[in-house]
Amino acid sequence: MGSITLENVSKVFGEAVIIPKLDLEINEGEFVVFVGPSGCGKSTLLRLIAGLEDVSGGRIVIDGTDATELPPAKRRLAMVFQSYALYPHMSVRKNIAFPLKMAGASQAEIDKKVSEAARVLNLTDYLERKPRQLSGGQRQRVAIGRAIVRQPSAFLFDEPLSNLDAALRVNMRLEISELHQQLKTTMIYVTHDQVEAMTMADKIVVLNRGNIEQVGSPLELYRNPRNLFVAGFIGSPKMNLITGPTAEGYGATTIGVRPEHVVLSQTEGDWKGTVTVAEHLGSDTFLHVDVPGIGLLNARIGGEMPLRHGDTVYLTPQRDRVHRFNAEGMAIKA
Amino acid sequence: MARKVSTSRKLTFTALAWIVAFLIFFPILWTFLTSFKTEAEAVASPPSFLFFDWTTENYAEVQSRSDYFKHFFNSVVISLGSTLIGLLIAIPAAWAMAFSPTKRTKDVLMWMLSTKMMPPVGAMIPIYLIFRDTGFLDTRTGLVVVLMLINLPIIVWMLYTYFKEIPGEILEAARMDGASLSQELTQVLAPMAVPGIASTVLLNIILSWNEAFWTLNLTASKAAPLTAFIASYSSPEGLFYAKLSAASTMAIAPVLIMGWFSQKQLVRGLTFGAVK
Amino acid sequence: MATTHTRSHARLMMAPSVLLLFLWMIVPLAMTIYFSFLRYNLLMPGMEEYTGFLNYQFFLTDPAFFTALGNTLLLTGGVLLITVIGGILLALLLDQPIFGQGIVRILVIAPFFVMPTVSALVWKNMFFNPVNGIFAWLFKLFGAQPLDWLAQIPLLSIIFIVAWQWLPFSTLILLTALQSLDEEQKEAAEMDGAGFLSRFIYIVLPHMARAITVVILIQTIFLLSVFAEILVTTNGGPGIQTTNLTYLVYAQALLQFDIGGASAGGIVAVILANIVAFFLMRMIGKNLEG
Repeated sequence: MGSITLENVSKVFGEAVIIPKLDLEINEGEFVVFVGPSGCGKSTLLRLIAGLEDVSGGRIVIDGTDATELPPAKRRLAMVFQSYALYPHMSVRKNIAFPLKMAGASQAEIDKKVSEAARVLNLTDYLERKPRQLSGGQRQRVAIGRAIVRQPSAFLFDEPLSNLDAALRVNMRLEISELHQQLKTTMIYVTHDQVEAMTMADKIVVLNRGNIEQVGSPLELYRNPRNLFVAGFIGSPKMNLITGPTAEGYGATTIGVRPEHVVLSQTEGDWKGTVTVAEHLGSDTFLHVDVPGIGLLNARIGGEMPLRHGDTVYLTPQRDRVHRFNAEGMAIKA
Repeated sequence: MARKVSTSRKLTFTALAWIVAFLIFFPILWTFLTSFKTEAEAVASPPSFLFFDWTTENYAEVQSRSDYFKHFFNSVVISLGSTLIGLLIAIPAAWAMAFSPTKRTKDVLMWMLSTKMMPPVGAMIPIYLIFRDTGFLDTRTGLVVVLMLINLPIIVWMLYTYFKEIPGEILEAARMDGASLSQELTQVLAPMAVPGIASTVLLNIILSWNEAFWTLNLTASKAAPLTAFIASYSSPEGLFYAKLSAASTMAIAPVLIMGWFSQKQLVRGLTFGAVK
Repeated sequence: MATTHTRSHARLMMAPSVLLLFLWMIVPLAMTIYFSFLRYNLLMPGMEEYTGFLNYQFFLTDPAFFTALGNTLLLTGGVLLITVIGGILLALLLDQPIFGQGIVRILVIAPFFVMPTVSALVWKNMFFNPVNGIFAWLFKLFGAQPLDWLAQIPLLSIIFIVAWQWLPFSTLILLTALQSLDEEQKEAAEMDGAGFLSRFIYIVLPHMARAITVVILIQTIFLLSVFAEILVTTNGGPGIQTTNLTYLVYAQALLQFDIGGASAGGIVAVILANIVAFFLMRMIGKNLEG
């Protein structure tokens, strides 16, 4: 239960090709995150899986059966929307019960499942409230509750945390991850935030202009980005990308060095530069260093570093952590 | 946001606003007061404002002399009928345009609006002749149809702007939850759309109730609503101020009350959503 | 946004509205155009014949047409002038912090809900009447000769009545626009040292510009077709002093039974209204995108 296969799936709106032909395999029980910049087609892809949009070509297979032509409700999928899409005129209880009611479940079964879901999501005290009386996080949980009572083969999440404030986002991230551990149901999660992707996913699908740039576990993507796009997208702060003679020295058109893979010294090193901004976070120090001939580089140094604007520093990349890319932007295998 | 305003300034503005409001409202107040006077007091000079013998005989007289309630009933039938039929036709259209928009949706909406721009005299003669030849002249049915048609663009537009505010994701959620099209309409859309539909109904009853081009030209006596009935006071009965006032008060009271409830929606409805 | 399934539903659901409005628009208009080329008088049934542009020629060269056109423009322009300026002032006043704002608002918008025949008759008899009217009493109170409003200044009197009906409309819309102005914008301007007048000219007025345009255009559509107020007060008179285009066409058709001539007049009115409508539609259309 919960395997989804996309074969040659494409989506065209009039003249605009949103998604060229694309294949993807999602295994049962996996937490898959679609990540990419806005407009990369990740939401469209999710909506194609949900059946809210028609595919222009290709097949969508859910649990071994061809679901391409099935209406959304018949696909046994549940979706949590960006705006939560709660029914404002119904109480929390009725919201959660709605899909069961539509499926014609008995009242006893509805009551049982609703209270079970409410218990899991800490909503028991709020069952009689209307959505507008709830906080953002609670609304989010109601939306999830509405999804889990159906016991779907897979959950679809469309940027579910983007309307929450930063602190709540971290909390909900954990709650969704825990939920996945409990239910072990396939989840497909769309986000533009690579931190969410890295922290939650079993498998990340990086999308760019409707194309899959790379599929892999978070650490695979972090260690071996297949191309410049993935290299620049995954990881925070962003990887430093250096071109020109310095890159040629490494036998590449472009080299990439993550800020955390730079060794700092105040006396010697490969690249001499001047600190423009030093951000002291306590646990880490982020340095923006202007290196003549290379440009602005970011370095992440563990702990507290008493450096200030104007100080001279030396940066040296860790040799085994330098990513090399050819003229086409593809990674050069070591 | 909250700013301290000096009390004297507030008092000055308050006095000014109340004076202006009183002057604007005065004709309505005066009509109301006059309706309770005797005919002699109604034309007394100097006019008496509050200290006269209050009487309700004008109301009884208006009814007994000219069968007032027949016309009141005509107004009710015509305004309610045209609004409800219009609503039945407009809801599906507005729903479709708000939730399944195509490239032409905007053009269709604009075109609907443009029909409202046609001055009634451009259509009056053929409609009059058609009605005369088919026996629809001076019938409530005929007026219901005409008023429904002239208000249909406004109904579609108002509903459209209200429906547009219902997030599409909620309907998609219902679809994901397994609701059929009719369940989607009755259980999700309708409850959310009720406030908007109610305001639309209210505004259109007001507009139909007060419509005074078609009602005057297409009725004689049988189907005449209050607009046409009151017009019959233009001479010489209009000189009976107290009775004119009683008839007028009864004619405007229902919509005045409805109008006060629909202030906000009025703006949106009459500007086709251009000002909210 | 949608699947093909829902899209075919959508077309079906729009059909009744579109079809009805299409018929309502095209059938009477086509017939009016057709009649306008006929010699067609209700008193002479069966004598209809094609006359080309003769009806237009008669209608457009009739001195009554120019009077009516002038009256239409004066009526429309006069009412617009009063309601827009009055509306701005009233909106500014009602936007101030005052006691009983809700009640004041209710009183101010009330005239809009009064049916045209009632307001016209109330004004005509109880206010404008030279013997028993309130104005006559007020004039006498100050020792002046009472004015016979509808006989001496008929068009102005009708402008007055219609303006009274439409002032609430413009006030309400302009007030709504005024209240949607971001308070912080006004405060920012105040911090920048703008006084009340410069705030009004540089911040408030530009913010209201759109609403003002909408008020002007929508009122124009309705004002070009003022009818009931004229019918019950002056019947277009004295003479044709208060006859506007709508009333002229009405008189030609239903009083003189000249269907051909009236139809030509109707088409002229349609063309005039369309010129205004063109601008209004562009205005509202622009808003659809936003």
